[in-house]
Parts: sequence; structure tokens; C-alpha cells
Amino acid sequence: MDRKNVFYRIYDLYVDGFRSMTLGRTLWAIILIKLFIIFVILKLFFFPNFIKEHASEGEEPEFVATQILNQQ
Amino acid sequence: MTTDLFLNIDASSINWARAQFALTAIYHWLFVPLTLGLAVIMGICETCWYRTRDTFWRDTAQFWQKLFGINFAMGIATGIILEFEFGTNWSNYSWFVGDIFGAPLAIEGIVAFFMESTFVAVMYFGWKKVSPGFHLASTWLTGLGATISAWWILVANAWMQYPVGCAFNPDTMRNEMVSFLDVALSPFAIDKFCHTVISAWIIGAVFVVAVSCWYLMKKRETKLATESIKIAATVGLVASLGAAMTGHKSAQSVSEVQPMKLAAMEALYDGGPEQGLAIIPGVKVPYALSFMATNDFAGYVPGINDILNGYAKSDGTLEPSVDEKIERGKQAITALANYRKAKKEGADPALLNEYLSTINSNMKYFGYGYVKDKNDVVPPVWVNFWAFRIMVGLGCLFILFFAVILAVTYKFPKALLQKYDITTLPDWHYWVAILLVPLAYIASESGWLVAEFGRQPWTIQDMLPTWVAVSDVEGFSVALTFFLFLFLFTLMLCVEINILLKQIKKGPEYTN
Repeated sequence: MDRKNVFYRIYDLYVDGFRSMTLGRTLWAIILIKLFIIFVILKLFFFPNFIKEHASEGEEPEFVATQILNQQ
Repeated sequence: MTTDLFLNIDASSINWARAQFALTAIYHWLFVPLTLGLAVIMGICETCWYRTRDTFWRDTAQFWQKLFGINFAMGIATGIILEFEFGTNWSNYSWFVGDIFGAPLAIEGIVAFFMESTFVAVMYFGWKKVSPGFHLASTWLTGLGATISAWWILVANAWMQYPVGCAFNPDTMRNEMVSFLDVALSPFAIDKFCHTVISAWIIGAVFVVAVSCWYLMKKRETKLATESIKIAATVGLVASLGAAMTGHKSAQSVSEVQPMKLAAMEALYDGGPEQGLAIIPGVKVPYALSFMATNDFAGYVPGINDILNGYAKSDGTLEPSVDEKIERGKQAITALANYRKAKKEGADPALLNEYLSTINSNMKYFGYGYVKDKNDVVPPVWVNFWAFRIMVGLGCLFILFFAVILAVTYKFPKALLQKYDITTLPDWHYWVAILLVPLAYIASESGWLVAEFGRQPWTIQDMLPTWVAVSDVEGFSVALTFFLFLFLFTLMLCVEINILLKQIKKGPEYTN
């Protein structure tokens, strides 16, 4: 590939950058572990969408209306 | 007491949900201001390198960029958890605000991902790959990207405090955006953005001064420390003065939009014209509160009792009492229930229009319809009173601190400071600078306490109280995730501080 090509230069920037990381490797490992905990463990097991769990599609306004109007 | 707490946990699910949100927001806010503040300082250091081509400045910029990177990596995605909490614990709120809240958050996500990830990569990987000018632009754009992200988050927050540019749709049960510009350029959002971002620069400046002072105390990295102190103290002094000015403007916004918050901040029960500002209980600066709130030393400032009972505003209009607002809120709720029932039954359009008219004319007081006791709309006064004083007091301390640091560094006035050298001060001077780091965070978090406690009980000002916004979830499950977060956040914070301290101890890597 032509090394002056802009796409090659972008590719080279990232590949070379990731390869030569030192502290960055530790930080990326922490980021990935954190993202796994947040999106896989927390989101799936602890943070369901409350309305979607209790109302079918299109019924959400009715469900929320019941929730809100019954509290008066 | 603990047993009782867990046995009655369902009754307090709202408190757990609030505590969890506060914990997550406070944790997220540990990273954001340092990102915004360090971005300015590393940008200035790299600009010095660009102008002089002295490798010292490149090494200095790279050192602060390394600390920026650690903080940035630790802060990534901590704000996402807040969005999870909206969907699970605050589902009524999430549905009720709908697209208005979603739009700024979506823009923030896109901007954060594309702008920051692109320019952060160039900043770290591009030193030998791109031109100096392009690299410098990338460094500044990294900071600008983070600042733009903050803008959209603060737009969303400002809308909750001052809902504008929207209309309630009783069919979808959602507030729908009618003017994007009104939401995006809300005066309340602009004031909030200016004050929040400028105060974040103070944290960046205090952090850089503290790290530099540690080096000076250890008699190492003297040049980097001295030059960094000059830059950080200048940024810090400008930011501290800017925070005072933008804070004054924010106070005026609050006095117009959330007078109850201002009254709680001052523990002002019976207001009036020519009000003094309390330094501590019983000690007041005459006329200062009137000036802070209205730009007029004789300006009228309503107190908590005035707001509860109704008062005449400075423009002559009457602000209804809370009892009247409760009545109008109840009318809106009843009309909404009747409208939905009538629509299902295929009622006459004229009747539907009548209900709609009642809803629309009373919607701004919708939330008051859920208030049983008018005193429930008074936020916790002592928290607001002291949090405000801590924020302002520490803000004044930072102005003094940065002014003294600059005076000593530049030996001005010469006659007084000639004998002082910033590199050879007694250790306790450096310790004072280091100990200011937690105080800077306390000041910043106190500002958020004022902003968020001061608007209680509203999730959306006057439209939705917390106890209606919260989901019908089990308190135990919210309590469980609260403690899970507490553990995770503490662990992550320890990891961050550990990595940060190791890198500070290691110091910069010099080219020569």
C-alpha cells in the first residue's frame, strides 16, 4: 500500500500507537474490564429497563399514565 | 438500627435510588473536572513547545498528557451508569422527559466518541506521525471535545431545573421538544456551563500546582515544576475570578427560575428588599444578597415563607402561593386522567379539547398536584446553606492562593518578595498546596450539592416530584446495587490513585 495514502497513515497511526504503548496497555486493560462490568454484568443483571419489563411495545404511555396518575 | 433499615427497605426505595444517583454522579464528577482542567494546561504547555520548539516544553506537555490519560481512562463510561439508573430506578421520569433529555445525551455520546477518540489518538500516537501544528490542534480539540460533551450534559441538567422548549403530549405521556434552540441555548444552561467548566479549570490548576510542589519539596524536576506552576497558577487565578463572576450570573438565574433554591441557600425565611448575605448564621454583609440575586442593592429577594404564601415579584406580577399551585396541579392531573379516559371511550372532541385546555393552562404546576403538605416543597435548608458557604469560601481561598503563588513565583512586589524563591520554600508551604487538592474537589462537589439539593423535591422543576418520578422497584434491589457501586467505585478510585501516584513518582521522561 502507498505509504503516503491517507488511509494507510491513519492505519499506521493506530497500529504503531497501540504497539508502542506501555502505560496505555494497563489503562486499556482497566477500560475493557470496566466496560465488561458496566455493560455485561451491571446492565444485564442489575439494570433492566423497568418500563419495557412491565409494558409491551406501544403500551408504554398507558403503563406510565397508570403509574403517575395513581399516585395522586 | 441496621436491622430496622433493611426490614423497612421497600418504604425507602426512593431514598436508595436518590442515594445511588448521588453516589454515581459524585464519583463521575471526580474525573470530569480534572479532564477539563488538565486539557487547558497541557494545551498551553504544548503551545509553548510549538512556539519555541524547546524540547523541554514537549516533555512537559507529554508528562501532563500522561496524567490526563490516566484520569481520562478512569473516567470513561462512569457517566453511562447514570443512564442505566434512569431506565431502572427513574422510569417514570425517563418516559416523562422523553426525547428532550435523550437528544442532548445522544449528541454528547456521538461527540464524545468521535471527537475525543479521534483526537486523543492523534495526541498520544501522533507525535512523530503528524505535523506539530496538527498535533497541537489535536491536543486542543481533545479538550474542546470534552468541553462540548460537558455542554450537552449540562443542557440536559439545566432543562430539569428550567424546563423550556417543550410541550406535554397527554396521548404519549411525554414532554416533546418544540424548540431545539430553546433547549440547547437556554440561558440557565449557558450560565451553568460557564460556571461549571470554569470551576473545573480550578481543579486542574490546583492539581498541577500540587504535583509541581511535591517535586519542589523532593528537590527534583525543578524546571518542569516551576514553569508548570506559572502556567497553572495563571489559569487558576483567571478561573477563580471567572468562577466568581459566572457564579454571580448563575445566582441571578437561580433567583429568577428557582427562588426557593436561593432562599434555602441563604436560610432566608422572610425576604424583602435590601437583603444582606449571610457569611455564617447571624453575620451578614448588608445588601449583598439583593445585589447577588438582582444586581440591585435594594432588590427584592423572596424568603421561604414568601414563596410558600405567594408574593409580588419586582415586575409587579404576583407569584401564586404553593396552596394555589397545588390546586392548579390537581386540576391538571384530574384533567389528564379524564382526557385519557374520555379518549378511550371515544368522547366528543369538544370535551377532549376542554380537558386539553385545562391540562395546558395548568401543566407548569403539574407536579404540585402530588404535594400533600406545602412544606414538602422546601429543600433541605442546612445542606444548601452550608454547601453554598463551603463552595464560595473555598473559591475565595483559591483566588488568594493563586495570587500568592504567582506573586512568589514572579517576586512581585519585588521589595517584599525578593528573598523568596519558589524552589526553596519550607516544606509546609508545599504541603499546603498539596492539601488543597481535596479541598478543590470538596468545593466542586459542594457546588453540585447546592444545584441538586436546592431543587428538591423536583426531578423536573415544578412538574415532577421525586416520589412520582421513581419506579415502583423494590428498595432492596436498589440498596444492593448501591453497595455494589460503593465497592466498585472505591476499588476503581484506589486503582486510579495508585497508578497516578506511581506515574507522578516516576516523573517525566526527558528527550535529552
